[in-house]
Amino acid sequence: MSEILGVPVTVLSGQLLLGVINGAFYALLSLGLAVIFGLLKIINFAHGAMYMLGAMATVVLFDNLGVNYWVALFVAPIMVGALGVLIEYFLLRRIGGQDHIYSLLLTFGVALMIQGILTNIYGVSGLRYSMPDVFKGGMNLGFMFLPYYRAWVIVMALLVCFGTWFMIEKTKLGSYLRAGTEDAQLMQGFGINVPLLISLTYGFGVMLAAFAGVLAAPIYSVTPVMGSHILIVVFAVVVIGGMGSISGAIITGILMGIIEGLTKTFYPQASSAVIFLVMVIVLLIRPSGLFGKEA
Amino acid sequence: MSEPISHADIQKTMLQQQKAEQRKKQLLNLVLLVLLLAAPAVLYPVFLMKILCFALFAVAFNLLLGFTGLLSFGHAAFLASGAYTTGYLLSTYPGLSTEMGILAGTAAATVLGFCFAVVAIRRQGIYFAMITLALAQLVFFFFVQSEFTGGEDGLHGVPRGYLFGFIDLSNNLAMYYFVLAVFLGGYLLVQRIVGSPFGQVLKAIKQNEARTVSLGYNVNLYKLLAFVMSAGLAGLAGSVKTVVFQLASLGDAQWHTSGEVILMTLLGGTGTLLGPVIGAAFVVNLEYQLSQGPLGDWVDAILGAIFILTVIAFRSGIVGEVQKFMRKNLG
Repeated sequence: MSEILGVPVTVLSGQLLLGVINGAFYALLSLGLAVIFGLLKIINFAHGAMYMLGAMATVVLFDNLGVNYWVALFVAPIMVGALGVLIEYFLLRRIGGQDHIYSLLLTFGVALMIQGILTNIYGVSGLRYSMPDVFKGGMNLGFMFLPYYRAWVIVMALLVCFGTWFMIEKTKLGSYLRAGTEDAQLMQGFGINVPLLISLTYGFGVMLAAFAGVLAAPIYSVTPVMGSHILIVVFAVVVIGGMGSISGAIITGILMGIIEGLTKTFYPQASSAVIFLVMVIVLLIRPSGLFGKEA
Repeated sequence: MSEPISHADIQKTMLQQQKAEQRKKQLLNLVLLVLLLAAPAVLYPVFLMKILCFALFAVAFNLLLGFTGLLSFGHAAFLASGAYTTGYLLSTYPGLSTEMGILAGTAAATVLGFCFAVVAIRRQGIYFAMITLALAQLVFFFFVQSEFTGGEDGLHGVPRGYLFGFIDLSNNLAMYYFVLAVFLGGYLLVQRIVGSPFGQVLKAIKQNEARTVSLGYNVNLYKLLAFVMSAGLAGLAGSVKTVVFQLASLGDAQWHTSGEVILMTLLGGTGTLLGPVIGAAFVVNLEYQLSQGPLGDWVDAILGAIFILTVIAFRSGIVGEVQKFMRKNLG
């Protein structure tokens, strides 16, 4: 058996795979945060709750209505996205002109409320969700074993990330979005319905989170509190990458997942802290973040 | 033709107004002091002490949010580091007098506050909030894995000990007046800071940071100092809380606690001195009342709803709204 620094290759590659998968989730979540930040200039504190709602919806829809995974993959994000539009329309819009700190606190309140309600209904112990039969098993790559579902998560996450990047950078709708990021008032002057665009952007951002939630349902323990921890990690990822670019958010997400995976192999005690440490180092050396534009 | 108003006259009336306002404030403070001194006759001292500890915590937090305009989402780290340090020292060294343990806890939180500030003040606004949150989570993991914190179990049975070596704090009433003294000390300190020239610069930073820089102030130094003081006072609150309840647990270090102190401050009124105290009393009491009734499990959801309501409907908080009302209707 070949080894690297005293660690068997199979173990190392296994941890790396887990790292890439975590990274894929970080990328999806920080991508949604970056999209929302671009137009609304707010940090969506409810993002973790939306991720959790996506996962919970997948399980609950299956248990109560027999909705299968493939349908949930579309239905859950759309439901959560619709909720997001409602939150933007009824709550966030009311404090549009205020300091951005208030919108952060508002979304924090939303997160607390959603998490509190679901904890009451479903408790904090994990709900069970079995993955579709297609994904059972995996393939042997020679140096490691790759479960089918994990491969699926990586492929899907990359596809959605690329699709979002393409939509924002290369399409007409994306150009509206980017223009709105620069100067929303001017956009309105050109006859574009900016309030609608804002609602849809928020809805889309949380849809990405919910989509990540659906992907997570079969492999992570689904609980009402699953969103709050990952959100803080994603915040650190966002600080590391800077909110300047869509591609920056994606790359940083995956990179941090890999670093976490490596730490788990070589120094497991620090694995839950390593991303925060990287954040501290990046802030000390390059305060605007790896891909950040402004200081 | 009316006589032209001279500059000196304007100054005179302004001074008089200021003096009248100060007198009003002093009167209010006096009334509150009497109420606090008499409170244990009516209410359970431990409950009051809990309110005072969280009130001090919120007052410390407000020094940053209300008077410097910095939203820290990591203040739980300071509360917890104060709590754990004091708890560990008092349980390990039985001979240690209580105030030394509390001082050590405060010092630990102050040092931690310095470390946070050095990293966090490199970014502004919402980034600042995210960074403090992430740093606090780092501290949380540290506490989970450390031996001296007792991990998931926390520290239990911390002796209250003797204040200055001879006042027995196991008596609830003695404990109460000690906590009250600490709280008043912290409150008056913040009042003094806010009213000082230093505090004026903090307010200037809150209103317009760029302009304050252009006036030649070393803004980052001011922010750093404000942060360190706020962290130290939050640590003091945590230390005292540990002595009161004789325990320190991971709950103090959770992000949830950072959120709670924000709610207390916001609800009571950011940027007012009394606001955080009222807010803390409100939230602690609400949590207590809810835990007694059938809605006990709904605390989080209800706190979230109050959060949303406060942000949307009354951002100036209870004290802020009362002030507005008084100004409008009572001249």
